[in-house]
Amino acid sequence: MTKGDPANPPRSIGLTTAAPERRSHVPNDGSSEAAAVERARKEMLHEGRELKRTRIGADVLCEALLRQGVDVFFSYPGGVILPLYDVLGDYPELRHVLVRHEQGGAHAADGYARVTGRVGVCMGTSGPGATNLVTGIGTALLDSVPMVAITGNVPSALIGKDAFQEIDINGITLPMTKHNYLVRDADDLPRVVAEAFHIARSGRPGPVHIDITKDALQQETQAEHPSEAEVIAGLPGFRPNLDGHSRQLKLAAAEIAAARRPVILAGHGVLHAQAWDELRAFAEKAQIPVAWTLLGIGVIDETHPLAYGYMGMHGWKHVNRAIQSADLLFAIGMRFDDRVTGNVRTYAPYARIVHVDIDPAEIGKNVAVEVPIVGDAGRVLRALTPMVEAVDPATRASYFAQLADWKADSVASSWHGSGAWRDGLLSADYVIERIGELTDHEATYVADVGQNQMWLARYAGFRHPNTHVSSGGLGTMGYSVPAAMGAALGCPERETWAITGDGGFQMTSQELMTLVADHIPVKIALLDNKKLGMIRQWQEIIYAGNYHSSNLPGPDFAKLADAYGIPAFRARTPGDVDEAIRSAQAVDGPALIWFEIAEEQNIFPMMPAGKGLSDLIEKWGGADE
Amino acid sequence: MSADPHSNGQVPAARAAAQSPSKHIPAHSAPPPRALPGGGETRRHVLVAVVLNKPGVLNRVSSLMRARNFNIDSLAVSHTDSDDVSRMTITLHGDDVAVEQAAKQLYRLIDVLKVQDVTAEPTIQQELALVKIRATDSNRVEVLKLVELSRGRVVDLADGSVIVEVTGTESEIDAFVALVRTYGIKELVRTGAVVMARGSASIEEAIKR
Repeated sequence: MTKGDPANPPRSIGLTTAAPERRSHVPNDGSSEAAAVERARKEMLHEGRELKRTRIGADVLCEALLRQGVDVFFSYPGGVILPLYDVLGDYPELRHVLVRHEQGGAHAADGYARVTGRVGVCMGTSGPGATNLVTGIGTALLDSVPMVAITGNVPSALIGKDAFQEIDINGITLPMTKHNYLVRDADDLPRVVAEAFHIARSGRPGPVHIDITKDALQQETQAEHPSEAEVIAGLPGFRPNLDGHSRQLKLAAAEIAAARRPVILAGHGVLHAQAWDELRAFAEKAQIPVAWTLLGIGVIDETHPLAYGYMGMHGWKHVNRAIQSADLLFAIGMRFDDRVTGNVRTYAPYARIVHVDIDPAEIGKNVAVEVPIVGDAGRVLRALTPMVEAVDPATRASYFAQLADWKADSVASSWHGSGAWRDGLLSADYVIERIGELTDHEATYVADVGQNQMWLARYAGFRHPNTHVSSGGLGTMGYSVPAAMGAALGCPERETWAITGDGGFQMTSQELMTLVADHIPVKIALLDNKKLGMIRQWQEIIYAGNYHSSNLPGPDFAKLADAYGIPAFRARTPGDVDEAIRSAQAVDGPALIWFEIAEEQNIFPMMPAGKGLSDLIEKWGGADE
Repeated sequence: MSADPHSNGQVPAARAAAQSPSKHIPAHSAPPPRALPGGGETRRHVLVAVVLNKPGVLNRVSSLMRARNFNIDSLAVSHTDSDDVSRMTITLHGDDVAVEQAAKQLYRLIDVLKVQDVTAEPTIQQELALVKIRATDSNRVEVLKLVELSRGRVVDLADGSVIVEVTGTESEIDAFVALVRTYGIKELVRTGAVVMARGSASIEEAIKR
């Protein structure tokens, strides 16, 4: 293995070019305001502007962020990062969002990155500020989200002396970042920041952490910012392979031509590569139904005839059936996570597998594959589509008829169209479906973790890429509200909905104050079953009803919201749902809806851990599940 | 379509046989289990990694191997002829697929320039050991004779012990250590294997642009 050719520059997913059109609080519409901002930005880049004081490391950091196109970052001050706060006033185009906990800042940067495709930025001080970021950095790592996390550290001379608020944060983030840095000299800052952004967004994206000592932030410096070419030249060990090998592409085309029951498995990598149009064109030409992973939601409009559904542990039964009977899986930008495959020994037993991923280490990691292709999803699809023969849908008539039968059966069996679960109690799947409908499927929907996450994935009805945000890999409870905060700032033209449960909500509800203080209009749908619902479900089904610690009494959420000045609405019956949603939408600013859902409703189907995709549990207890 | 995807020899025979040529799935017969990646014979592998000479690189490599559950047998690190590049020789046990995964994961590190599994290649492998052997007046001559026969070199002579330097492959050193164990080993230190492929090809030249 040798890292690729430097003449073949890594993919930049810097500014999004495709729909949805991006509109940030820094306008880019050719108006006079935009021109003024552009002028100010140039000044900030030291193009003809001079600071009226000495240029220090903290200035270099701000300049470097602006050069990377950063318009907002999420942070919390502290002792050693104060030199940065001391100069922030000189950089008004760098919007600073003062979060109420560093974890919220990290999730906000993550949510911002997922909806924009750009690098999200969060910061904190040393010690506890830095360790509070860790959960958010881990979330970004497991979901390959481009993020740069910046922390202050104690002055160089105190490093290793157990100084106040000193912790070896570099050692902590080392195994949970794509790369990390410790900067002790301001002269290194321009290069390090530029490298960090390049690494975070290129190849398989991921988080990069920069730890900067206080004295480096305060140090005078004349250091120049490097060009992108200099950055690439300085990273000889980072040369992502982007183009699939032509021999492998030919093998893949042959597999596709020979397959009678093919299924496309599309994941997050397709979204990272902004390759949704390429995916649709490929699927249409080869007439292959598309299934998607949790993080792949949005790769294709769910109303498209070839859009088949969400796969895996709580995915649709028809999708899992299709995978289990497929003779070819064309997997792209996904990694055969255990939540997708279940027991690998019984996974897709009739299928040969073509696996496309930009990270060679993902291929052959979890399942053995017949045709590995290392490359960027978009580039591979653009190269492969002309190589496959156009398929007449009529030749797949019996296959498609079977798929349609399975789908009709599976959709009907797990849906509470009346809005009522057992005894007329409010059904969560109905709530999600109504949110999807009343937002015209045009909002950004940010899940928390657990049952709410699965209901959202199944029932909201996604039409567009990057409108579904969810902590898939790490499964970080408390993710929804802060991530929605970042998503709303990244994509203000869409309504942003945080879909959360009462458990996750209580983990990060301090960010309600950030929503208010910074006028971030997130609508929060709190699905309150007064339980840790997914835990309760496992205890019911797998642990013989031993409900230890899954009862979760909560506060009066309406009063809580009120205390922050956030309008709250309450829905207890199916008849309350639409009005509550419309009322929240009518609020100019953040709003909360307290949905008191059935306490014991489970999410079905469910694949118990260790079982296979054919071993789905579809009902439990009464017939009225 | 002339290409037959079943004929490229990459699919395990059991699964190839299970693939029904018809469009219908035989509902009554369970297919054989899918082969897991790897699962082959476990053996000793030698990886050579060329890395940037930066602080923390060794930590990155060892942290990764720990986190990914690969157990390193030995790890030797040194400078190369180039100031900004270091070289690591890593020996570990595992099946071919697991070690390939380890190499791929190492390769993901930004500071790693090249990783090569040289297990199957003709190589020169050498390790150095220092052994402090108990040696009394009564058996010192015997010990020294043994060292000489084993092509070891005495580097320190003291009252009651000798320090011997031996160089060779891992198994040669294993054999020497076993041989002198009867006299009593007071201390033992081994460098771990360093490896270089035979012939004129160069892993270091290969990474230079």
